[in-house]
Amino acid sequence: MNTLVLDVPGWPGHHAGQHVDVRLTAEDGYQAQRSYSIASAPATAHLELTVERLDDGEVSPYLTDVVRESDVFELRGPIGGYFVWLPHLRRPLALIAGGSGVVPLMAMLRHRAAVRVAAEVAPARLLYSARSADERIYNAELERLASEDEDLRVAYALTRTQPSGWTGYRRRIDRAMLQDVIWPADAAPLIYVCGPTAMVEVVATELVELGHPAPAIRTERFGPSGKP
Amino acid sequence: MSDPIISRGFFGRRRDAGPPGRVPPGQYVTHDFPVLSAGPTPRSPQEHWSFEVRGAVASTRRWTWAEFRALPRVEVTVDIHCVTKWSKLDTRWAGVSVDTLLSDVAPAGEYVVAFCDGGYTTNLPLSDLTGGKAWVVDTYAGEPLEAQHGGPARLLVPHLYFWKSAKWVRGLEITMSDDPGFWEAAGYHGRGDPWREQRYRGD
Repeated sequence: MNTLVLDVPGWPGHHAGQHVDVRLTAEDGYQAQRSYSIASAPATAHLELTVERLDDGEVSPYLTDVVRESDVFELRGPIGGYFVWLPHLRRPLALIAGGSGVVPLMAMLRHRAAVRVAAEVAPARLLYSARSADERIYNAELERLASEDEDLRVAYALTRTQPSGWTGYRRRIDRAMLQDVIWPADAAPLIYVCGPTAMVEVVATELVELGHPAPAIRTERFGPSGKP
Repeated sequence: MSDPIISRGFFGRRRDAGPPGRVPPGQYVTHDFPVLSAGPTPRSPQEHWSFEVRGAVASTRRWTWAEFRALPRVEVTVDIHCVTKWSKLDTRWAGVSVDTLLSDVAPAGEYVVAFCDGGYTTNLPLSDLTGGKAWVVDTYAGEPLEAQHGGPARLLVPHLYFWKSAKWVRGLEITMSDDPGFWEAAGYHGRGDPWREQRYRGD
């Protein structure tokens, strides 16, 4: 994982949840483009991207291993008009993250925290699934945000290994966990789910089974489906 | 296009570039079949499924699942290109040509909105759906199309970015004007030609 802090002259602003396309060009003209969610809240001085290094990736190894301060590359955005959260939306905000899917949800929580200084915002809950404690990102910041805000709850599900003394969830997100953590359907939460496609599919299906209407469940999926 | 900025130290893996001329600009080849949907997967039982052609037509046409399956069918092998940059070559589908569905319809409009279970829509010029360019398919790689990939049936319009190949399609509405569908209204391009890299509004 690497967080890139970017100066983007002329950046038009963005909404929490949107992403950018990054384009790299080699000396011989070869190009590759990939999309990355924006980690920073709107109206901050720099744009932040948190990139997970994929061993077989085309672009992510460059952005995590090679890039250094004062490097320049091209990006395009902001992109995406559906998987966005705006602070005037007062319905309870439920965020469900798998792995690096937490990035756009973090932009939402950062935006919410910034707005909360001056205005009321919806209560929020984050359910964050990672393989181990070390693979969580933004851990310290999430702890701080939750400690400062009684209307923000963060729950973790560590699916593969857990540290000794772990009191959080020890399994993949399932219906019972969603019932524990996420508001019931009659509270009409807005739900954003982001992560590997298999996890998102399971979570979205369970949420529908729990009675949440489909338009209240917004999903962003990435990675392979695992089948041709 | 202005000179691109060279990324210091970038070489790339170059394994995903595909055969020359097969892959549109900015795309990489995948052997997976990614799923990218904006919400939960709709589940449509066959006994309630129907497909309609309606709107600016002399009369609405409607097929039940059994009637749809009885129409003349074709198999096609096509390359598909997703706006999220992946391309998949030689994908095999089976279904009904849109030309078959529109025969005897006499559309009075030049545009179409494909509408779907779950509320998804996408808009296209009628000319992008006719002349052997589009199908409604229910079979992928020889198997019934999975719900995650748009089953029981989806639109297949391979010459445009794959968001135009609407999943869970339930019909085509012929319209007089070009009315933006779901992604078009969310900042994506009106037409979506991958060879002109028409990804986002204004491209």
